[in-house]
Amino acid sequence: MSSLSKAFTSSIGRKYVMGLTGLFLITFLILHVSINALIFANDGGETFNIAANFMSHNIVVRILEIGLFAGIILHIIQAVMLTAQNNAARPEKYAYNKPQANSKWYSRSMGLLGTLILMFLVLHLYHFWWPTKVAVFSHEEHNTFHGIVAIFQELWVVVVYILGVISLGYHLLHGFQSSFQTMGWNHRKWTPVVRTIGIWFSIIVPIIFALMPISVYLGWIS
Amino acid sequence: MSTGNMNLTLQVWRQKNSKSAGKLVDYKLSEISPDMSFLEMFDVLNEQLITKGEEPVVFDHDCREGICGMCSMFINGQPHGPKDLVTTCQLHMRSFKDGDTIVVEPWRAKAFPVIKDLAVDRSAFDRIIASGGFVSVNTGNAQDANALPIPKLQADAAFEAAACIGCGACVATCKNASAMLFVSAKVSQLALLPQGQPERYRRVQSMVAQMDEEGFGNCTNTGACEAECPKGISLENIARMNRDYFTAKFASEEEV
Repeated sequence: MSSLSKAFTSSIGRKYVMGLTGLFLITFLILHVSINALIFANDGGETFNIAANFMSHNIVVRILEIGLFAGIILHIIQAVMLTAQNNAARPEKYAYNKPQANSKWYSRSMGLLGTLILMFLVLHLYHFWWPTKVAVFSHEEHNTFHGIVAIFQELWVVVVYILGVISLGYHLLHGFQSSFQTMGWNHRKWTPVVRTIGIWFSIIVPIIFALMPISVYLGWIS
Repeated sequence: MSTGNMNLTLQVWRQKNSKSAGKLVDYKLSEISPDMSFLEMFDVLNEQLITKGEEPVVFDHDCREGICGMCSMFINGQPHGPKDLVTTCQLHMRSFKDGDTIVVEPWRAKAFPVIKDLAVDRSAFDRIIASGGFVSVNTGNAQDANALPIPKLQADAAFEAAACIGCGACVATCKNASAMLFVSAKVSQLALLPQGQPERYRRVQSMVAQMDEEGFGNCTNTGACEAECPKGISLENIARMNRDYFTAKFASEEEV
């Protein structure tokens, strides 16, 4: 194996991939949540649909979308491989362990939270991504805003979306600052800033996401 | 020697050797003094076992003053027990209550196989050090003090990293049995000083490669190691090692 490929398959190298893909997905979330927030213009979806149509039809965005899926898949593959190694590193478990004494539950549950997010993502893609793909390839008109209003009429869907973004929030609460630490960006002046931004990001972004189904369900937006 | 008034139930991991399966065995202890160290309490237990003709519990210990890193007991779910910044020998029975049940297990990691009972083989750490945790300087007379100017902050950070006693509590408590805190302390103590510079990027690559080969897990930044470290080794060292490893792999032309 060459030195470069060794760099990516070592313990630290795999963590770089986790951290970098995680940061990449965080930048995607900023874009996603910003476009979502356009529904709060409450103009019957006019502003939102302009953005949504641009995102689903623009050729540059569609190429970037491939990169996004590659990022998600890489993040998942590395997580599975790292988790397998981590489990193998302790074949016999403790009879009595008290991990809550030294670390946060969400820091220890990134795999579980990630799995919940993935399950949510499957439903989410079926709801909103798949219909736009059908529209793009059949050259039909597609009104994403109408889709949103129709889908969030059911209470169970709203609840699942809220649970999905809560999982995302806790995943980010650990992941945001953790990716900086993994990349070695730890600094006595800057790390407290990164941690503070990470906490606010993990709270504000899921709240804005959750406000969409809630607002539609309660009829604030139509 | 028993002069106190504490009654305790110990659940101690007994394992014949690395090949056989182990189990927790209950022992009742009475008249334990709150001023005893945890290891002295184990000495009392072992004297009782010897008197009864039973096999005493094997556990590692050496200096009994908190600096050697040998005493490796996982006590009630935490390495070195419930107190911060102490080794097992510096943990006293006053940290427990009369009537308590205390579970004592060995460090559990694939890279730290149990030798017997509570003693584990930590030679994986020695092999990591041997792979690069040194500086190749010529022997001879010691240099004059302050011949090499080193900024105070830098010297302090190197000293803090060098406080690592290699006890393995970081591995024991990490949910992934990762040795990153240990290795990063040993990388940092040299990477921060001028004497460590010539081998800096070769060292980090070799030590990480050896760490991976020994079968330790990967770091997920939970911070458990830092919280349990008896010497307060900081997570900043792990970030420094990650940084150095990145530089070594992607910028240095030296292949390791």
